Amino acid sequence: MTTTHHHHHPEELAPIEARVAAIEAVLVEKGIVDVEAIDAIVRNFEDNLGPMNGAKVVARAWTDPDYKARLLQDGTAAIADLGFGGPEGDHMVVVENTPDVHNLVVCTLCSCYPWPVLGLPPKWYKAPAYRSRAVREPRALLAEMGTVVPDDVEIRVWDSSAEIRYLVLPMRPDGTDAMTDDELANIVTRDSMIGVERL
Amino acid sequence: MNLTEETLPRDNGELVFDAPWEARALAVAVALVEKLDLPWDAFRQRLMRAIADDPDRPYYESWGVALESLVIELDLATHDALDDATPSERAPL
Repeated sequence: MTTTHHHHHPEELAPIEARVAAIEAVLVEKGIVDVEAIDAIVRNFEDNLGPMNGAKVVARAWTDPDYKARLLQDGTAAIADLGFGGPEGDHMVVVENTPDVHNLVVCTLCSCYPWPVLGLPPKWYKAPAYRSRAVREPRALLAEMGTVVPDDVEIRVWDSSAEIRYLVLPMRPDGTDAMTDDELANIVTRDSMIGVERL
Repeated sequence: MNLTEETLPRDNGELVFDAPWEARALAVAVALVEKLDLPWDAFRQRLMRAIADDPDRPYYESWGVALESLVIELDLATHDALDDATPSERAPL
């Protein structure tokens, strides 16, 4: 099987595409998984999982000090309180940005990502360049991504391990005191919860 | 296949899959791990190895390689059975 495939013709079936179809077909034929379950998982990613969930968690933490305390102490439970959980979300740790500390999340080995609160990772998160440079030279990497972290702010890099998935709690921007939770959630971006953006 | 390009999951407006088969690969792995009540790490370890074996290979191709290795390891299929089931053209949507 070739590993470098070029899509000269969109209708052409790539070897990997054919192989994945074969794996699904064999597992379905043997009754190990069913097509409806697979469809449901895809739909769940489409409809229910995404950074809008994480944004609600962040907004709640900004407006409810008790919730924030619980979130920082037991991320999984506090996130479940808002109805979010499932695969890749069983061991959530929330790390808080402060005036002195900026947090950045990476998975150097395989691009683990907290699906329940952020959905699926963007392409750059899976790229070798991000995965290696986030650890080696986070400040330079962030600057290239448009986020300049002041020199007197420490950057902490969190490398997702076998179980733990991290979520960054960004600092609440100034001038948002009058906003409702929904309005606050709308200003929380995916990138701010990975730590590659500051709000 | 019940996905078209238009319905591919978007993440803040950015496509997270290049093609529908990537979504199938992801969902089959999730369904398999859930059905067999395996720890997610059973798949993740294979994904890590597949990425390390060929760091420049596209992410979901490594995902597919990891999925196949898990299926083989669990004796759910053989390479020959997968060869026989490999289609030569895309099933109609």
